[in-house]
Amino acid sequence: MSRSILRTIAIPLAAVVFGLLIGVVLILSQNASPVTAYTALVVGGLGDADALLRTLQKATPLIFGGLAVAVAFKAGMFNIGGQGQLLVGAVFAAGVGFGIDGLPMVIHLPAALVAGAIAGAIWGGIAGALKATTGAHEVIVTIMLNFVAGNLTDWLSANPWKDNSGNNIVARTPLVEDSATIPTLGAVPVGFLLAVVVAVACWAVLERTTYGFEVRSVGHNRNAAQYSGIRVGWIMASTMAVAGMLAGLGGAVESLGVDGRFEAGVNVGLGFEGITIALLARANPLGVIPAALLVGLMEAGASRMQFKAGVAPELIDVIQALILFFVAAPIIIRWVLRMRDDNSEQLRLGAGWGKS
Amino acid sequence: MKPRQKQFLYAGAALLIFVAWMFYAADGPQTTAVLAGTVRAATLLALGAMCGMIGERSGVVNIGIEGQFLMSAFVAFTIASMTGSLFLGTVAGVGMGLIMGWLLAAMAVGLKVDQIIAGTVLNIAALGLTSFFYDRSRSLGIGKYTNIDLGPLADLPLIGTVFFSRPPLTYLTMALLVLVHVALFRSVWGMRTRAIGEHPGAADTVGIDVLKLRYLNVTIAGGLAGLGGSYLALEAVGTFSRAMSGGRGFLALAVMIFGRRTPFGAYAAALFFGFTTALQNQFQLNNTFDIPPQFVGMLPFVVTIIVVAISGLMGSMRDPAALGQTYEKG
Repeated sequence: MSRSILRTIAIPLAAVVFGLLIGVVLILSQNASPVTAYTALVVGGLGDADALLRTLQKATPLIFGGLAVAVAFKAGMFNIGGQGQLLVGAVFAAGVGFGIDGLPMVIHLPAALVAGAIAGAIWGGIAGALKATTGAHEVIVTIMLNFVAGNLTDWLSANPWKDNSGNNIVARTPLVEDSATIPTLGAVPVGFLLAVVVAVACWAVLERTTYGFEVRSVGHNRNAAQYSGIRVGWIMASTMAVAGMLAGLGGAVESLGVDGRFEAGVNVGLGFEGITIALLARANPLGVIPAALLVGLMEAGASRMQFKAGVAPELIDVIQALILFFVAAPIIIRWVLRMRDDNSEQLRLGAGWGKS
Repeated sequence: MKPRQKQFLYAGAALLIFVAWMFYAADGPQTTAVLAGTVRAATLLALGAMCGMIGERSGVVNIGIEGQFLMSAFVAFTIASMTGSLFLGTVAGVGMGLIMGWLLAAMAVGLKVDQIIAGTVLNIAALGLTSFFYDRSRSLGIGKYTNIDLGPLADLPLIGTVFFSRPPLTYLTMALLVLVHVALFRSVWGMRTRAIGEHPGAADTVGIDVLKLRYLNVTIAGGLAGLGGSYLALEAVGTFSRAMSGGRGFLALAVMIFGRRTPFGAYAAALFFGFTTALQNQFQLNNTFDIPPQFVGMLPFVVTIIVVAISGLMGSMRDPAALGQTYEKG
């Protein structure tokens, strides 16, 4: 058991180490000290209660975004639309959060979260339903839906739902009511706890239920699943809706727990980071949690790294790309570490391109 | 193409020209502005679509065009600003595109990384690297590429300014459209390329080195995206800014599918997408119509979804059979 876990995490772990090592070269190229930079990165992400809170806050949407990609992966689909699903989730959660007042928290907060989840589910579900009924490739459709979501949320926050207090000219909604704000328990945001619970639930559904078995069967071999009587179209459509729901929840938690409102342009890029997280976690819902914590830590510490060592915070993006590269091409790591070849480690998606 | 389809095509084109003429007669400057904006936006999409097309025809999906654009735009801008030469900048941009194409090939063909993941790596890496090395103080002191009038053609009403008074890379793109069309459908290279995308096993049997040709094609295709990046930084905008490709690498993929993976089809699709962009800009400039620009902005994406869905239903757009699969020599 422990041996197989070790084998599973060896590649992602080595990928992180390799990414950080190449990061050292980049830091040196900026005439900065790698030791100072990485120390500041860790202190900025773990040093005190504030830093820990920042890390957990950064990790929360990454968990949701990572799950949104990982769950779709299990059904053999690539959900590159986490960005759009997150945006609609964020704006509709904020809409319910500021638009209704006088509700008690036990009703208002769940209602706002559900609004975000439903919006995300619709966004993901469109791609899944089109894939199932017409064979339209989910990669193209979800990318297009990202742009539609960007325009829609821009419009909502700049026109009907605009914050008109004071002299505000920014495209953003008013602050959500206190009764729809996600609280923080000490250094632990409740949104993070929710993300962990949802990740465990995803794992349980995928590994321990009939539905999860059907999802994985479709992912392994669509034709075999069809012959064994699984309704492949339904599984694809519903899995994409669930994936969208997860990303939508991530957006909702951002609006209700971190930003306190929806503001156009603030959440850009969050959805795409889910891809890195999901691959780092090898599409395992439980693996998404440590992967998101790691990336969250780097993002939380990036500004301290800039302040202390003069290294641009975008270094984190480069390191993420390198980690993704090494996870995707484990052959390099195996060659360096002289590990044995294991074909099951390779993630495959592209063969489904263009096929319904 | 069937004769019937051809008739439709000609009738549609004639109708478009007639409508454009009506608008031109009604409001010359504004019509010219919109149509010139259309061509401007279409050039980048056409270059990206050709890049994607050559890859897909050889069986390799390239969703890293966005990253290829961005990285090349960055290099083209930096070199042009350092050397003071737009030409050297353009060459450097194309060179960077070739390197990005080679990287994609190395991952997707050489290391047999999943093609979609390989493209995603390019996108994320390009965004990170260009932001990391971005130097805000740098500027293009020499100004961007300027329009070149093609003699008397440029004096023609309407189409004169729209097509024949353009900057150099736009002309180059139009020439490349013809070149890629001829190469893909009239040359031995094109036949082999399409063969390895449809049935690599059979191509291998008759002596085509599938992996080598895929390597070559994906690298060359990267050069086209590199030209796109140079166009973006040195001709369309005249500077570099963070994430300036703004999703147009993805849009180019849609343009490619829309145009049935043919250069001319893709250019027609690119003009359509460019038109919605130009219209959106014009709507923002003057408030004649009460349509929020965001809704005009959604239009190309919604249309793409509908087209992809309908073409899936009708089965009219078949993908190369071996698309997305890594080839293992048997």
